Amino acid sequence: MSGVWVFAEQRNNKFRKVIFEMLGEGRKIADHLGEKLSAVLMGTDAGDLIDVLAANGAEAIIVVKDENLVQYTTDAYAKVLAKLIREQNPSVVLFANSAIGVDLAPVVAEKLGAGLVSDVVEVSYENPLVFRRPIYAGKAFTRVSFVDGPIMITMRPKVFAAPDPKQGCQAQVVRRDGDLKPADIRQIVKDILRRVSERVELTEADIVVSGGRGMKGKENYQMLEELAGLLGGAVGASRAAVDEGWYEPQYQVGQTGKVVNPSLYIACGISGAIQHLAGMRSSKCIVAINKDPEAEIFKIADYGIVNDLFKVVPAMTEEFRKLLAEV
Amino acid sequence: MQIVVLVKETFDTEAKITLNNNNQIESRGINLVVDPYSEFAVEEALRIKERLGGGKVVVLCAGPESAVTALRHCFAMGADEGYLISDPALTKGDQTTTAKVLAKALDKIPFDLILGGYKSVDNATAQVCQRVSEILGIPEVSVVTKIELEGHKAVVNREIDDGFEIIEVALPAIFSAQQGLAEPRYPTMKGIMQAKKKPLQTWNLADIGLSADEVGSSGAKVKVISYELPPTRIAGKIIEGETAEAARKIVHLLRHEAKVI
Repeated sequence: MSGVWVFAEQRNNKFRKVIFEMLGEGRKIADHLGEKLSAVLMGTDAGDLIDVLAANGAEAIIVVKDENLVQYTTDAYAKVLAKLIREQNPSVVLFANSAIGVDLAPVVAEKLGAGLVSDVVEVSYENPLVFRRPIYAGKAFTRVSFVDGPIMITMRPKVFAAPDPKQGCQAQVVRRDGDLKPADIRQIVKDILRRVSERVELTEADIVVSGGRGMKGKENYQMLEELAGLLGGAVGASRAAVDEGWYEPQYQVGQTGKVVNPSLYIACGISGAIQHLAGMRSSKCIVAINKDPEAEIFKIADYGIVNDLFKVVPAMTEEFRKLLAEV
Repeated sequence: MQIVVLVKETFDTEAKITLNNNNQIESRGINLVVDPYSEFAVEEALRIKERLGGGKVVVLCAGPESAVTALRHCFAMGADEGYLISDPALTKGDQTTTAKVLAKALDKIPFDLILGGYKSVDNATAQVCQRVSEILGIPEVSVVTKIELEGHKAVVNREIDDGFEIIEVALPAIFSAQQGLAEPRYPTMKGIMQAKKKPLQTWNLADIGLSADEVGSSGAKVKVISYELPPTRIAGKIIEGETAEAARKIVHLLRHEAKVI
């Protein structure tokens, strides 16, 4: 076994930020093992994508262009990737802990009879490598290692550092056929409903503005959306708010729901139930706005404002607007 | 239609996690419940059965003897029968061994559709349904928020990073539940009474044709080295002042002290 592979998932010929973070950590793993860093690109052979992988440290790029790989399906991607891994025997395969990675990696691992450690947030450079991952949505962590290879992990977005891209780097490009027939694919994608929102995705956002029971109603989220929009962030909600039907379940932050780790988390009218704290406690800076001075959220917040959120949020939005106009 | 739901028992999400003297997760004094994601799957199975006006909902769990309580809770919600795979050799397994055990049990339990949680609220590895699909050779769709059956096929919504995919697959298939699929019902008193009489079978490894060296720590590909708790966060500053003043102060602090804006 030799080689560290980054599975460079793309949608519509675009990479998410986590792909660069994987290349950054992938480089460290490759250097630690004294092996080569490669990227696997499926469904496209777009030159700009190949260039950007090379610029971010991939020494070789395996490109599989096949009309059956343009749209992600579990069966097509798993079949092709498992075959490549069997043939070339990499020692490490890195996936993003994204919609594609979460779906694909376990199927590929099972095809290979391999273990998989998901949602990794830290790599310890020991022999063998040790991976740290949250359990109970971050209420605790566990450190795990592999009994045998290949090592396969999914990596949480926004925790690993992306490399500084070096333009003009050349990578060896290896082109492979997918060798797929439509009959290989049992998942038929009928349609894709993309959110029209220009806003950044919740789990990739650097700033999250979140509302809880104190929001009092669906219509009041407009206020949080305005603030998040101004700051280039995303809007989240507590379980209480989702249970009330004020906000869609896919934006719920907590032990059930999404775990976020933005630079700034602004909690509006959120009491701070333990199940919510699990989903946001790793945020770099937490601001809490709540009328109740006894709210649990203040015990973990870096900054607290004990006041009516309906007064504070518009006033803060105004102040941020002024600040951002200055630069 | 027979729907098998993979169920996990776990800590109540209200539980505070601590480590015991051996640096393992302390489970004493913690209320055990059906994992919320398993519960979404059970609820959806019951709703499918109700929509079809017939069929059977079977719950399947690999876990300790205590998981009988979780299965009885599913019965009280309306599930018809259950199987618990319990064996001392299952401890310290990983997702490869859990999937192996469930898939072996599914060789003995007929199914037209399998549902499970896409992850659990404890280890949240989000692997087991996909691995079971691969072993059984049936298609899977993960992170599902809607299921519509049309004869021998299903059309499901799968949550992706920026929206949803609408995917059609032929049955039998396995779908893993995301929050939003179906809000679980509370058991009724009648349901709780009936739950006591519903058939619950406990199988050990020999019953499903596996040996101890294939499962648990002997079969696992990954092993846990240690557990740790996150660094504690401490309460920071309370920003005093009238609304406009507090807003000015907080924005100033976020830029100049926390440097996050």
